[in-house]
Amino acid sequence: MPSSTERTRAHRAPQRPGDRVFAGLSTGAGVLILVVLAGVAAFLLTEAWPALVAPAEDIPGGEGVAIYIWPLLFGTLLSAFLALLIAAPLAVAIALFITHYAPRRIAQALGYLIDLLAAVPSIIYGLWGIAVLAPLSVEPSEWLAENLGFIPLFAGPATSTGRTMLVAVIVLAVMILPITSAVVREAFRQTPRLHEEASLALGATRWEMIRMAVLPFGRSSIIGASMLGLGRALGETMAVAIVLSVSGGVTFNLISSGNPKTIAANIALDFPESTGIAVNTLIASGLVLFAVTLLVNMAARAVINRRREFSGAN
Amino acid sequence: MPTTTSRDQGPDLHTPLNAAPLTHGQLPRRAPQSVFLAALVAGIALLLSGWNVAAAAIVAGFGYAVVVYAWSRAVEGPRKATDRLVTAVVTGAFLLALIPLISVVFTVISKGAPRFDDQFFTYSMRGVVGEGGGAYHAIMGTLIITGLAALISVPIGLLTAIYLVEYGRGKLARAITFFVDVMTGIPSIVAGLFAYALFALIFGPGVRMGIMGAVALSVLMIPVVVRSTEEMLKIVPNELREAAYALAVPKWRTIVKVVLPTALAGIATGVTLAVARVIGETAPLLVTVGITSSDNFNPFDGRMATLPVFSYYQYVTPGVPPDPALNRAWTAALTLIIIVMVLNLAARLISRLFAPKTRG
Repeated sequence: MPSSTERTRAHRAPQRPGDRVFAGLSTGAGVLILVVLAGVAAFLLTEAWPALVAPAEDIPGGEGVAIYIWPLLFGTLLSAFLALLIAAPLAVAIALFITHYAPRRIAQALGYLIDLLAAVPSIIYGLWGIAVLAPLSVEPSEWLAENLGFIPLFAGPATSTGRTMLVAVIVLAVMILPITSAVVREAFRQTPRLHEEASLALGATRWEMIRMAVLPFGRSSIIGASMLGLGRALGETMAVAIVLSVSGGVTFNLISSGNPKTIAANIALDFPESTGIAVNTLIASGLVLFAVTLLVNMAARAVINRRREFSGAN
Repeated sequence: MPTTTSRDQGPDLHTPLNAAPLTHGQLPRRAPQSVFLAALVAGIALLLSGWNVAAAAIVAGFGYAVVVYAWSRAVEGPRKATDRLVTAVVTGAFLLALIPLISVVFTVISKGAPRFDDQFFTYSMRGVVGEGGGAYHAIMGTLIITGLAALISVPIGLLTAIYLVEYGRGKLARAITFFVDVMTGIPSIVAGLFAYALFALIFGPGVRMGIMGAVALSVLMIPVVVRSTEEMLKIVPNELREAAYALAVPKWRTIVKVVLPTALAGIATGVTLAVARVIGETAPLLVTVGITSSDNFNPFDGRMATLPVFSYYQYVTPGVPPDPALNRAWTAALTLIIIVMVLNLAARLISRLFAPKTRG
């Protein structure tokens, strides 16, 4: 009976109402996420629009939105890049230690320990930075200003409060360390065992094995992880807001009392007391921050995903 | 046998290889440990002679690396020496990363302990000037707002993960995966501004409500829930699904009755970790919920206090004398860190005790 066969072929997966509802719900939730992300951009733009079209003298500072945001953007980029410069090598070393150096039995526990660094709320890093790190940094800053003052970063004069860009950068570095090292760690763990064993069998020392087998395999992950860390550092708010004593302005000087603000910290500091066009200006700066972090994160994910596709490790 | 061509070019196999040594020297088995002990002793000696801790540790660490490198290079040759140096550097980097963790925990406990008393957990800040007062209102606010955020994010995150694992094919699924990843990188302050902008369009500028904070936290929480749930659903063995289909169970019932229960422990772990991640967020709550000194447990009506924002304001606007407020700030930080650590511990326990049954 050919008709019956045809019928079963046509209804291979019978669609019950429950199925349709459930599939619709879950697809809807997925689409909702895309809508939310688009909504973030759209609503920020709507609320930032009055500031973007307002006459320059209405903007706080009186010289227009671009002039207002530029020093903030500079401070944001400077602190994030320097934090990354400290955190990236450390993160790679930590990932190496956990995957290749630590005794196998305690390696996982050590991984948890590093992950705990990520669990500490940012406000606590801020309090720690200003209460512990800032006083500790005063003496070394003075030393840096005296002996390395010819480098623009350490031009000084060193402040006696320790509320400097240098401390903010170190706190940021500590905060992005866990995420960066977690991604790198994952990549190192997936290094093909055969590559490692082959190079060891050829008489390579452990470091030579790592240099020839592990690092090349993890290279794009290291780049991606660094960019993820950069994204985190760009958007970090409270730690910078608490630690940094700001005076605006664009300077590379890390250890003086006059530091550039960052976008996120500026919003946190000024938003609660702002009204009218000032709020719109702050939201406009938030929009800039959103755009920058979005770009950085998309690039990072693209780099990491490309490795995932070609590695053959999954 | 074609042995004609290589006779002149090959190595001379008739002279024994006694010129080059086949083995290198080796450091004694306990060499690194004994050098480390020596460095430790030297460091302590420096400490006792009046150096500060950091300088002594740095000198001892460098001393260890240099001695091990030089000794190994003299005995074992440059390759092994480099290897030992890298081992020292990598281990040192790891220990260096532990310093902030230990220092943070120590600082928060020692500074937060003095006010960690009954009054802190039972009083609000209403009418309090100087001594006394507590964070009851802020703790309740944090619990309410985080609870609401979980209430919003868990269903959305769960359904999205189900879509990605069970239904998603093609472009839409790939776009969602990618943007969920990107969403994990949204700065928390931007999430706060988003919630503000959304509600400002509806209620007018200057609006502050608890629910705004919950929305902002959901933006941060949803991607975390999606990621962890997705990982958990992926490791549910396909045999379970196929067995259900073979019994003519509809797909949605298979997901609800077979897939989700199997992955439940992992999902619970993921949700707990997501809650732990957002419960300490300060910036989004600062711009959406604000702060108040009295009890307000209605998330749809005006400002609320939350623990991180409470801690922040106590620290930056302490008043005169500053000490009581600073103490309250540190105790709030201590409470917060305890909550986060307990949540993390709970997550690990859940995943340990109710591990997903992968061998169906």
